[in-house]
Amino acid sequence: MRQMLLVAPILIPLLASAVTALLWMRPGVQRAVGLFAAVALFAATLALLAQVISGGMLVGQMGNWPAPFGISLVVDHLAAAMLAITGLMGLVVAVYAMGPGAQERDRAGFQPLFHALLMGVTGAFMTGDLFNLYVWFEVMLIASFGLLVLDRTREQIDGGIRYVMLNLVGTTFFLLAVGLVYGLTGTLNLADIARVAPDIENQGALAAVGVLLLVSFGAKAAVFPLFNWLPASYHTASMPVAAIFAALLTKVGVYAIIRIFTLVFAHDQALFGPLLGIIAMATMVVGVLGAAMHYDVRRILSFHIISQIGYMLVGVALMTPLAIAGSVLYVVHHIVVKANLFLVAGAMRQVGGSFALKRLGGLYAARPLLGLAFLIPALSLAGIPPLSGFWGKLVVIRSGLEAEAYVLAFVALAVGLLTLYSMVKIWNEAFWKARPDAAPEPPFAWSLAQRVATFAPIILLCGVTLTIGLWTEPFAAFSITAAEGLLDREGYIAAVLGANPVQLTEAVP
Amino acid sequence: MHASLILRVSAPLLLWVPLVISFYLLVRGHNAPGGGFVGGLVAASGLVFFAMARGQTAALAVMRLPPASWCGVGLLLAAGSGFLAWLDPSAGYLTHRWWFPDLPVKLPLNTAFIFDVGVYLVVIGTITAMVFALVAED
Repeated sequence: MRQMLLVAPILIPLLASAVTALLWMRPGVQRAVGLFAAVALFAATLALLAQVISGGMLVGQMGNWPAPFGISLVVDHLAAAMLAITGLMGLVVAVYAMGPGAQERDRAGFQPLFHALLMGVTGAFMTGDLFNLYVWFEVMLIASFGLLVLDRTREQIDGGIRYVMLNLVGTTFFLLAVGLVYGLTGTLNLADIARVAPDIENQGALAAVGVLLLVSFGAKAAVFPLFNWLPASYHTASMPVAAIFAALLTKVGVYAIIRIFTLVFAHDQALFGPLLGIIAMATMVVGVLGAAMHYDVRRILSFHIISQIGYMLVGVALMTPLAIAGSVLYVVHHIVVKANLFLVAGAMRQVGGSFALKRLGGLYAARPLLGLAFLIPALSLAGIPPLSGFWGKLVVIRSGLEAEAYVLAFVALAVGLLTLYSMVKIWNEAFWKARPDAAPEPPFAWSLAQRVATFAPIILLCGVTLTIGLWTEPFAAFSITAAEGLLDREGYIAAVLGANPVQLTEAVP
Repeated sequence: MHASLILRVSAPLLLWVPLVISFYLLVRGHNAPGGGFVGGLVAASGLVFFAMARGQTAALAVMRLPPASWCGVGLLLAAGSGFLAWLDPSAGYLTHRWWFPDLPVKLPLNTAFIFDVGVYLVVIGTITAMVFALVAED
């Protein structure tokens, strides 16, 4: 039963993708299958999370090949949390995608691609094998490219090509690193690499591998200076697609950084700690300044993704239990909030007819509920108590102060203030000021079902944000357990390789 | 595009010969060079050649299902081949099962072959979908 539960987060989207591809000519049925699969995926990830909380780490060897030879799936606390949040996002966006424009999207193949993307994301969270991680990255990249150019507009193809080019460079670095790791350690199983890594003679080469991996994961996570693909492409995607991208794609990069640098390169913290710290600060600052200069809702939100990635890297930069717990809490909070902001932006466009702040206005008078639904995630993003972002920032900044990284803590504080500026800007322009004369008419009226499909996910995510904010205790406790699990390298290695690991790698020089 | 008379007439041959070879590659793939991926590539090249000679509509008619559906069937087969792993509930997913029925000839039946057939179909579907999209006739 545990084995079935373990592969369910990969199998459910795989089967959904296959069945919806089979039903290529029947978009209506595709949508029903897609929704059913999204519900099933969420249920399975919650069950998996419950298993991990009650029974500890789950490990499975695919095809019963023992650990360093076959592909291991490993679900520890962090992976289980990421899977559950992926399930939630899959469900929310599957519902939201039934709103305006659903027919066109489904005819263009939204459903098979969407589930293939979810499969790539869950696979990347679960795998315990470096090359397998690369494969999941590619699955994600191909599916996301298809989703990005769903409407086949000139703008989308332009954004899509930049997206693919820069991501391909990133994955090429990844492939180089995989080759070097295999040459140095003779294994690609993460636990086995972690076991062997500290004793390798040529630590310089291993550090070079670390930098290569940092470049490729950093390109995925959109950290400074490799973030250019994100603002160049995200604003062209249709709204449900942008929401799922904003929620999950960059976070897979962050997850990979957290996983690899706590597990494999922990012994080289003297090199990578300061490096990651500087990257984190630069990412925070550049992202928030980029957002400050833009006046298009989607572009502002895209730059804020980048800025927030910086906070998530603080944990790996400091490598203290509290700092990593802060990163985990921050990732979970951020995924919910960011997806919700993109969903709200889609609703704003539906009501106000545009994404440009100049052409929007008076939305609060017209739709007070939408205003409230914007304020909750927006203020949470800026870190206003008692919303979820406050606790995330509090833990991150406190861990910075405890580790005497005062500059880092100060930058994190200042960036929070500038985030508030951007959010207030959207609020003032779109919701508060009077409706401008040049305001476009909304594209078309929408039916009640479309309205429910749009607002139900938004309200649900607002509820999640409020829950994390007002009832933080269990989430914080979980984050600390996850952080302790990440720092317990021996435990991870023993769980994956078993008590007596097969001694293969000793033969390699 | 006007394909030459020779090409148009020889098109069926150029379709079926690669398909037979691809099937041979698929079957021998478990222990020898070949397998679902290579076999699928060869089969797809046959279909693409047929499309060049007789046009895409004819090629799609030969395929009967749209390329995406080929991918769908292939994925279902490949994923489904792993389920028999759970004859033993503690086994990892994709643990393959083997049967050697008592026959005069050696006939190894196994679920790994079903997996390979799935890969074969997915590759055919993907390659034809990509090529047909690239050389689409407006």
